[in-house]
Amino acid sequence: MSAVPALVPATPPAEAIVSVRGVTKVYPGGVEALSGITLDFPRGQLTTLLGPSGCGKTTLLKIIAGLVPATSGTVEVAGRTVAGPGPERAFVFQDFALLPWASVLRNVAFGLELRGVPRSEREAVAERFVAQVGLKGFEKRYPHELSGGMRQRVGLARALAVDADVLLMDEPFSAVDEQTRRKFQEDLLGLVATHNKTFIFVTHSIEEAVYVSDRVVLLSRRPSRVSAIIEPDIARDIAPERIRRHPVYLDTVEEIWQALRQYLD
Amino acid sequence: MAAGPLGTAALRLASVAAVLGAWEWAGRVPVSTAFPSFTTTMAAAWELAEDGSLGRALLVTLVPLAIGIAISAAFGIAAGIAMGLSRRAEWLGLPLFIVLQAAPLAALIPLLVLVYGAGLTAKVLTVCIMAVPVIVLNSYKAIRHAPASLVEMGHSFLGTRAQLVVKVILPAASPVIFAGLRLGVAAGFIGAVLAELLISPTGIGDLITYNQSIADYPKMFAAIAAVILFSVLVIGALERVEVAWFRPEKRDLA
Repeated sequence: MSAVPALVPATPPAEAIVSVRGVTKVYPGGVEALSGITLDFPRGQLTTLLGPSGCGKTTLLKIIAGLVPATSGTVEVAGRTVAGPGPERAFVFQDFALLPWASVLRNVAFGLELRGVPRSEREAVAERFVAQVGLKGFEKRYPHELSGGMRQRVGLARALAVDADVLLMDEPFSAVDEQTRRKFQEDLLGLVATHNKTFIFVTHSIEEAVYVSDRVVLLSRRPSRVSAIIEPDIARDIAPERIRRHPVYLDTVEEIWQALRQYLD
Repeated sequence: MAAGPLGTAALRLASVAAVLGAWEWAGRVPVSTAFPSFTTTMAAAWELAEDGSLGRALLVTLVPLAIGIAISAAFGIAAGIAMGLSRRAEWLGLPLFIVLQAAPLAALIPLLVLVYGAGLTAKVLTVCIMAVPVIVLNSYKAIRHAPASLVEMGHSFLGTRAQLVVKVILPAASPVIFAGLRLGVAAGFIGAVLAELLISPTGIGDLITYNQSIADYPKMFAAIAAVILFSVLVIGALERVEVAWFRPEKRDLA
């Protein structure tokens, strides 16, 4: 485990850490979810996959995670072809996927537990990340004692604790209430700024995508293709609460809406 | 739930009181000369307990029951887990246990006596044939229905198959496995009493048969009530063991 990197300005190098090459996914039964997706994800940036519901954005994320095999095409992470989950990727689940019988501390340490990290060591790491996501004092609680927002903080801490380079987030805030979601989005911006990690984020919310992303990838309806890539030109050093009033933010939201509305019935 | 702990306790008491009240009323009417009221049954039970015959009978019945349940639990849970984890074991075992669960297995008891004689072996096997199918099928379903998202989570954090089984699938399955075990124990009690009524009268079965033959119905019903109460207590204890050992998050709720 390396130490948490100090505050570094978000000056992403253009190098791609994740490359998706011609990925197609056909489900048994013939439903074609993805059709020839080719995409690069630059290191240190937050890229959002955005598209109409059922467009296969979660499928693409799970293919990158190595949880779902692609029908054809390849995914490379840091130059190596993905054949399954790997230590350089960590997943944050839409439904949190916490062990209900395990305490917050054990849940956060679970990725390390599976890697065989000794108990005292992994609990020390977990304690640090529990505190970092704002759950200090809740280490011994169980998931059913926490609110939805707090549960997702546990899911986030678990993903951070394994110190992966790439965080894959599948609609992580969709199951929490609106106020909590806004707080999460602000916290996520802080996370992107302070950790030198690459985030791949799936959402169906245009506002959320524009608020948190360096790049927004628009996917078309099934079978999905990349329909556009938009880089909201918002300086990330402005205060989070000013972003929502930023003219570029408002224009980008409108632009994406105009691009996506063609896919609605 | 709207009722607090006090309200829940009151409801439970009310339910018990209603059943016992109906029993008392039916005994006093009487619906049959062979049906004693609750109070006469309790008096008979007190008599049986005092002279030690009830305790001795329960201990005798407990022998085939305990052996049968131990074998059924070990074999049933292992077979159910194997069937849940492996397609081959599923193909091999599932049809057999579905048939066994649907079959009126008490009909096999004469066959068991023919093969093993009217002894302990036949009684243990009677307990087993009653208890095993429900334990196997519940364990199998519990494993099969382990939440896919938790398994996927374990996989994404690099868990090996063995780790996923031990750290995710089995703990997730434990409530349903224990539910099956409780049903299995209840079925095992039926098997133990059936064996004592059909194979050779010993223990509680003897107490029931003997008192029936001399038309001492209060004592007969006292023996029946005792075995029901004992069964309920054992199953309740099993539930506590489950919460204490496998579900730490429920400890404060129980």
